Amino acid sequence: MNSALAIPAFAPVLPEIILAVGVLVLVLFGAIRGERSSGIMNVLALALIGAALIAVLMLPSDRIETMNGSFVIDSFAKFMKSLTLVASAGGIILSIDFMRRAGIDRFEYPILILLSTIGMLMVISSNDLIALYLGLELLSLSSYVIAAFDRDNVRSTEAGLKYFVLGALSSGMLLYGASLVYGFTGSVSFPTIAATLQGNAGFGVIFGLVFVAAGIAFKISAVPFHMWTPDVYEGAPTPVTAFFAAAPKMAGMAMATRVFIDAFPGIIGQWQQIIVFISIASMVLGSFAAIGQRNIKRLMAYSSIGNVGYALIGLAAGTPEGIQGVAVYMAIYLAMTLGTFACILSLRRGNVMFETVDDLSGLARTHPVIAFCLAMMMFSLAGIPPLAGFFAKFAIFTAAIQANLVALAVIGVVTSVVGAYYYLRIVKVMYFDEAVAAYDPMPSGVRFVLALSSAFVVLYVLIPAPLTAAAGAAARSLF
Amino acid sequence: MTVTAAFFYLFATITVASGFMVIASRNPVQSVLFLILAFVNAAGLFLMMGAEFLAMILVIVYVGAVAVLFLFVTMMLDVDFAELRQGFLQYLPFGALIGVVFFLEITLVIGAYIIDPALVRSPSVPIPSPDIMTNTEALGQVLYTRYFYFFQAAGLILLVAMIGAIVLTLRDRVGVRRQNISVQNARTAQDVQVRKVPFRQGL
Repeated sequence: MNSALAIPAFAPVLPEIILAVGVLVLVLFGAIRGERSSGIMNVLALALIGAALIAVLMLPSDRIETMNGSFVIDSFAKFMKSLTLVASAGGIILSIDFMRRAGIDRFEYPILILLSTIGMLMVISSNDLIALYLGLELLSLSSYVIAAFDRDNVRSTEAGLKYFVLGALSSGMLLYGASLVYGFTGSVSFPTIAATLQGNAGFGVIFGLVFVAAGIAFKISAVPFHMWTPDVYEGAPTPVTAFFAAAPKMAGMAMATRVFIDAFPGIIGQWQQIIVFISIASMVLGSFAAIGQRNIKRLMAYSSIGNVGYALIGLAAGTPEGIQGVAVYMAIYLAMTLGTFACILSLRRGNVMFETVDDLSGLARTHPVIAFCLAMMMFSLAGIPPLAGFFAKFAIFTAAIQANLVALAVIGVVTSVVGAYYYLRIVKVMYFDEAVAAYDPMPSGVRFVLALSSAFVVLYVLIPAPLTAAAGAAARSLF
Repeated sequence: MTVTAAFFYLFATITVASGFMVIASRNPVQSVLFLILAFVNAAGLFLMMGAEFLAMILVIVYVGAVAVLFLFVTMMLDVDFAELRQGFLQYLPFGALIGVVFFLEITLVIGAYIIDPALVRSPSVPIPSPDIMTNTEALGQVLYTRYFYFFQAAGLILLVAMIGAIVLTLRDRVGVRRQNISVQNARTAQDVQVRKVPFRQGL
């Protein structure tokens, strides 16, 4: 007996296939060429990401399910996949000079970034719980390894181990929740779950939903599952931190949106309160805990916790405007994060990297251009018009008010005022404090990333329409 | 029927007895060997229920890989098992509590099946009856077709595990003397010194 199944359509999965086949070739190539190949490897990995990005942009915009309903593409998937691929490319470009100088420029780094990127793309396109979990594990396992990539450094290995142990715990919670949801709805497929849960959710489903939400909150480092973030961000090599702050956040927010909007639209009343709580807690902790930080990487960790809180406001609204806000917010957050980390990576004298806020002292006199770019990033993160960060927050808060979540929007505004304190303190240290000795000139890759992201942040006000329109189309494809 | 019953009691008794011996045995190597015995007999029980795939996987994965790995670990690491066992009485109440909870849960699950068979929902892909198709065949029919995508994803995850282990642990050690055959072959008679080594003194 041989029941022939129709071969699924492979065209929608083309970006993943390009990356997966490319990774296998690169592994082979690296194994044959040995350690000398890391330079060409970075170029090849960037070329692969570029090819995957083109493949993503060529995909049709209507919703297509393939792989027997496990894989879905729509405008939202396309938008978030493009952001993720840009973030991964940024993670590789920022790493090239740093890894070489630190003597850890092994060819596995771009390979692990690519594998992690495949996981992210799979998560963004997942249409059932199994695909979601497998993609998430692929993304997380690669992340654990690259967190510990500087293996002779105690801080880096500690970061990797901590990330691994806590990550495994959160994966367990997600799996437990997923199994409960499967048990009480009879299906792992998101559309079937959504069809089963129309308004009347049993206790078991909600119990499972809470655990799924906990697993997702860990991945996007939302309070109360944020404990790993400052330690991992501080311990991991700086380009790896930049990658963690950018790419997995894109995939994580896409995953949260996909799960809650696609699989549980009928019980929005149940999950909205979870998201509202997580969002408020993240914003408050992100703004207050960052005040006392001296290390910029730690500060950026708290900043990313706070930013996830803001982005979650849009998800809590659960409306197309809210999701559009999430998409716009994540795009702008990506530019701000990559730009800030490019500035942090330029604080180098010889073989010593400087990572504290005091090392920025008087940067405006020694390196006026870097200081200006960093100041723009900080103003943007604080949400000061006319920079891009203002429009990101504006979109989110507008969506919240339209969805009658006025209290949430007010708390968001208040915490962003508190957060402005530590962003502006960095500007003050750079422009008004005594100058320290000059740093080495910026490596070209870092300069490239900084130039692009600064241009985006400063000039977004002039041409906001393409991004807003794309985000709007992405959001509408989910409803 | 009596033969089936006889085999069931044979496998079940040996499984329980060797399970007991795993924790009762003083020698850790013997414990692992009893564990293997328990696995093999549990595989026999699975076979009797018509779950031949599970039975073979149990033998291949647990006996062939996991238990042998345990055996290596117990033999290579110098763990003082007598010392580990000292807190046994202290942990006994806690262990017993977990055992009772576990037993109650199993009773509840089985009780629910017996009281209300309607609770059992039909899965989206029902398992074919063993008369039509063995379950190895049933798995094979969906694993590489319907679940092809998951299968490939799992393969990539295993690749990450392998690359990760190599990245984090493989080191080129310096000062290791490796055999270099071409150098050995290129050696001429002049390169070799023959020395007289004085007895009981060395060089």
